Amino acid sequence: MTTRIPIVENILSANDRIADRNRVLLDEKGVYSINIMASPGAGKTSFILKTLEALKGRLKLGVIEGDLATSIDAEKAMAAGLPAVQINTGGGCHLDAVMLADALPALPLSDLDLVLVENVGNLVCPANFQIGTHLNVLIASIPEGDDKPYKYPGMYRGVQVLIINKTDLMPYVTFNMSYFIKGVEALNPDVTIFPVSCKSGEGMDAWADWLTEKVRAGNQG
Amino acid sequence: MHELSVTQSVLDIALANAGARKIKQVNLVIGQFSSIVDDSVQFYWDMITKGTPAQGSLLHFERIAGEMTCRRCGHVFHPTDETFDCPSCSSPLVKISKGEEFQVDSIDVE
Ligand SMILES: [Zn+2]
Repeated sequence: MTTRIPIVENILSANDRIADRNRVLLDEKGVYSINIMASPGAGKTSFILKTLEALKGRLKLGVIEGDLATSIDAEKAMAAGLPAVQINTGGGCHLDAVMLADALPALPLSDLDLVLVENVGNLVCPANFQIGTHLNVLIASIPEGDDKPYKYPGMYRGVQVLIINKTDLMPYVTFNMSYFIKGVEALNPDVTIFPVSCKSGEGMDAWADWLTEKVRAGNQG
Repeated sequence: MHELSVTQSVLDIALANAGARKIKQVNLVIGQFSSIVDDSVQFYWDMITKGTPAQGSLLHFERIAGEMTCRRCGHVFHPTDETFDCPSCSSPLVKISKGEEFQVDSIDVE
């Protein structure tokens, strides 16, 4: 005889509980953290390097590297004087909360204001897995096309900040900004958007200033 | 893809709820906005359940279509992957009302 046992549990609830623990640990140490996600080719690496450069001297930074394919080398970050940890995902398509839990103790958290996590470059998987950061950031870029929110709703749904990179290419690429933004805002009306060009540097100050404010407010609370 | 870790989570939840009983079927509810590939989950399922009380069990996927509700006129519709505008009044002010489910709904044991 077969009996049905009702469960109704979110498939990733175990992951989400560990993510909550990561956030508690970061809060205890007074460290703010951001999870940077992007599709391959969106310019994640140069965006992170520019961000680190802009924040240097303002905030004490640490880096966690989850992307083996396009990462800013953890050694490069360390050479620049930043504490950095490389996570080996074993070819996995996303970071999960356990990976972050393993990586965090390798950073001198008590000495840091902000930990920046570079997630694996992929538009499908990272959105499903909370890792416990305070802010999920997605980098989109002009050449990827204006239909991305419609094709990858899950990814656009789960972030608090959207960076639109490579705005310097607007004159050369067919990209309907209002169509793009309309799709984003239908999925995620509260998202904060920063158009930037890592190439010209345009928009990077606004992002860096906003993030600095966010970190300072977070660390006070 | 991330189906292996998803499949492992499904098995953990199923085993935790089955006690010592043999699992015959696991019933999943997956919304359209939660990305997961059935075939690939089934493939991993057959692999990782070997030697567990879930060996030989079936996965049943209940798919929930994505649904949006217009915040202006209240019209309920299934969005396409080209536009989320309300087909009734063309408003872009819409919200997701179904399609984010990602659950183990129940298990059938004997
Ligand atoms: Zn309407």
